[in-house]
Amino acid sequence: MSTLVAVSALGIICLLLEVLNLRKILVPITLLGLAGILGMTIAEFYLNTSFLDIDTYKMVVSTGYSRGFSSLFIILTMLVLMMSPKFYAERIDKIADYVALIIFMLAGAIAMVSFSNLSMFFIGVEVLSIPAYILAASNPKDKMSNEAGMKYFIMGAFASSFILFGIALVYGAIGSFDIETIIAISMAQGEALPVWFKIGFVMIAVGLFFKAGVVPFHFWAPDVYEGSPTLVTALMSTLVKVAALGALYKVFVIFAVGMTPAFQIVVVILTILTLSVGNITALRQRNLKRLMAYSGISHAGFMMMDLLSNGAGTNVILYYAAAYSLAGIAAFAVIMAVCGDKDEDISNIFGLAKEKSYLAGLFTCAMVSLGGIPIFAGFFAKLFMFTQMIESGYLILVIFGVINSIIAIYYYFGTANVMFSKDSVRTQALKVDARYVIVASIAITLNIILGLFPSVIMGLTI
Amino acid sequence: MNIAIILLILLAGSLVTYFSGNRFASKVAMLFAIAAAAFSISLLLEYQSTGATSYSIEWISKPNIAFSLKVDGLSLVMLLLNSLLLPIIMLTSISHTVKSERILYSLVLFMSFAMTGVFLSSNALVYYVFWEMSLIPIYFIVVLWGNGERAKRRRSAMTFFIYTFAGSLFMLAAIIYMYVKVGSLELHDIYNANLSHTEQIWIFLAFFLAYAIKIPVFPFHTWQASVYQKAPIMGTLLLGALMSKMGLYSVIRWQLPVTPYAAHELRSLVLILSIIGVLYGAIIALRQDNLKRFFAYASLSHVGFIAAGVYALTYDGLQGAVILILAHGFGIIGLFFSAEVIHRRLKTPLISKMGGIKSSAPKFTIAFFFMILASIAIPLTFNFVGEFTIMYGVYQVHLGYLLPLGASMFLGAFFMLRMYQYVMLGDKINRSFPDLTINETLVFVLSAVVLIFFGIYSKPIVDIISPSLQELMTYINR
Repeated sequence: MSTLVAVSALGIICLLLEVLNLRKILVPITLLGLAGILGMTIAEFYLNTSFLDIDTYKMVVSTGYSRGFSSLFIILTMLVLMMSPKFYAERIDKIADYVALIIFMLAGAIAMVSFSNLSMFFIGVEVLSIPAYILAASNPKDKMSNEAGMKYFIMGAFASSFILFGIALVYGAIGSFDIETIIAISMAQGEALPVWFKIGFVMIAVGLFFKAGVVPFHFWAPDVYEGSPTLVTALMSTLVKVAALGALYKVFVIFAVGMTPAFQIVVVILTILTLSVGNITALRQRNLKRLMAYSGISHAGFMMMDLLSNGAGTNVILYYAAAYSLAGIAAFAVIMAVCGDKDEDISNIFGLAKEKSYLAGLFTCAMVSLGGIPIFAGFFAKLFMFTQMIESGYLILVIFGVINSIIAIYYYFGTANVMFSKDSVRTQALKVDARYVIVASIAITLNIILGLFPSVIMGLTI
Repeated sequence: MNIAIILLILLAGSLVTYFSGNRFASKVAMLFAIAAAAFSISLLLEYQSTGATSYSIEWISKPNIAFSLKVDGLSLVMLLLNSLLLPIIMLTSISHTVKSERILYSLVLFMSFAMTGVFLSSNALVYYVFWEMSLIPIYFIVVLWGNGERAKRRRSAMTFFIYTFAGSLFMLAAIIYMYVKVGSLELHDIYNANLSHTEQIWIFLAFFLAYAIKIPVFPFHTWQASVYQKAPIMGTLLLGALMSKMGLYSVIRWQLPVTPYAAHELRSLVLILSIIGVLYGAIIALRQDNLKRFFAYASLSHVGFIAAGVYALTYDGLQGAVILILAHGFGIIGLFFSAEVIHRRLKTPLISKMGGIKSSAPKFTIAFFFMILASIAIPLTFNFVGEFTIMYGVYQVHLGYLLPLGASMFLGAFFMLRMYQYVMLGDKINRSFPDLTINETLVFVLSAVVLIFFGIYSKPIVDIISPSLQELMTYINR
């Protein structure tokens, strides 16, 4: 509760600062505020109390799960915000809008993992999505960006309606939006529940599958990722995706009764499709943002595996989300640093090792982590996920996971490879803003720390 | 003494070398390599007085994984091989400046760090982490400092990377499976796991894929020759002398004792593959004109020989294999380094353009000839002890396996001496061929001393390894 309130308040403060014409100190103040909120969330985690609890309406519940994910979201937002002054340098007079929108997205994401009422859940989904639609179209002079915003909006609204319809059906079956009531009644009635309950659950799941970019609901992702400004793409492929998967996991735990054998098979098939389609399509991409989009799709597949763990893999999904998004942020930071305003063709990073060896090193680390090689967190994420899957009895998913890791390493390493083995196509020297380097370094450092000490997350009791 | 110190020395060496700048990189790296060698010798002395030691701290709480290391006789000789070869490998390039030396030497030390970890770890996941980590540095060493056309080099390094990574992932799947089954990945726990026969077969095959690619065993060898050829000299030596031994060591340590039933069941299949590799390597080598490629195939033939010893599943086979692992490690350095010495002077890798070197470089002629004699296992060299013991071990399985192995020794002598004839003998060429420098001589002398000393008196090595091999045999013969 306290985290959600504080983040929403911070978003309003951002808008106020704009009114008071304090644009220069906007980003530092926001970062400071987020750091404070992060500290508070972590303190809440270890003290296991909530500093502010208004439980009259039971809308939001603060648990280890929500605190863990919230901390991750806040870290991701901070990393993105650090890059925003440079990225929006040309439209610096509008920066308050962008920052406020990003903060509201964060609020939505937090609501999505800490809801205890389905209406709050839907509000979270919308608060996350609507700023994302706006931000996707935030480069009004670029046709691609407009197209991305429009596509994202239409498809996203469609998915939201699925979620809403699903919630309505669940209400029809249970007679309440409250999570505890839903769990209690569905457990008690079991097979006697009306069929609406299961249909409602499936519809909510489908809506979230769309947000997370799960095959076959992924068609929007590559176009939207490519068209949006890169900073927004970074947000969508990390924060939005991870929030959607975090919410999915929570929804699957709540609706465990609705998990029929048939739907289990569907989820297994969707997982396999998501893994394979994302990876195989990524093999032929020449645009770095599209490549990251497809790689993100296949990682969504890995995270989806955990939905089948029946609530046993809570730490695993948090660990995977952290490992994936930290590597993703680092990769996007390097892409932004290198590509600037131009398109994100892969030729931009040719010969980067000679020009900026440090940047090339960071990008290689990000790719290696996404590919799943020790000592980076990406490896342990896959390891824990596979262990969880064998424990839950889904050997088939592990086999597909292994095969896909092999395919993935081809394009991750192929991308890293061209930085070392091809000659630069750039005519003038590359200027890199220090902010991007700092963000990428922080993300990679956090990633390696997670790899060296997986117990930081795996040892948590959530 | 704490075993983990050697890992710290190598890791610290890698970092310090990176920050020491290009001018001092090779010297700093050498210093750390010698420190690591000294430390492993002190471990040897300690082992002789107190026996096996281990070290373990908690690492991951859930799943329950401890960072455990263990030194027994087998690990110890592998550790010694690794840490004694490292200074020699560095010596081959120390007087030869290349670009960005600090990164190169830092990667070499890092690779040695990872391989040391592989030899020491006694927890399957720790072992796997080190095993995978050793792949990254060698990939970059080949891509960035290799020779030949850049695009081709990139392709062969990539093939190598994906091949080995793919193999390893199946091993990872097997390791995870065992974890879920046993609840622990400590060495003694998985040795004592009650795996059913079907499970054993699958786990054996998953491990075999990883090891067969790394060693390499026929038909998983296709990456080998071009990577050996395109890697810079230090890379080739790390691959040929150490990395392939990592695979062989792993078979003895992790594969056979865990899946004894499957090993016996599939013994004839694996033995036949190994022996095909021995003959195949020898025959292909006959047709090579590129000297480095020639040695790569010769090496394929030799590691096939070792693999045959390992998979024979007899005590003598194992003992011979370990001896030949050591001997081949030291011997292959001399062979590849000879190719490098010639390449540095004549600027050609092609055998057909060489010849007549003998008259202008007497020291090199002797050194090269000795290395060839060692590699064809002339009596009184260390290789002879190994090959002889392996043949005895394989004979205990079936006489039929012995004949092709014997034939391969004969074939080996033929193709090696024929190559020597083309390269060294013949009419005097008019190009200048300066004799060995001091550093180069040192490389040959150091490896030759080891090969001769243990060729005459191999008892110290046998004494170290036999207790651990006997223990492993009890698991294998369950």
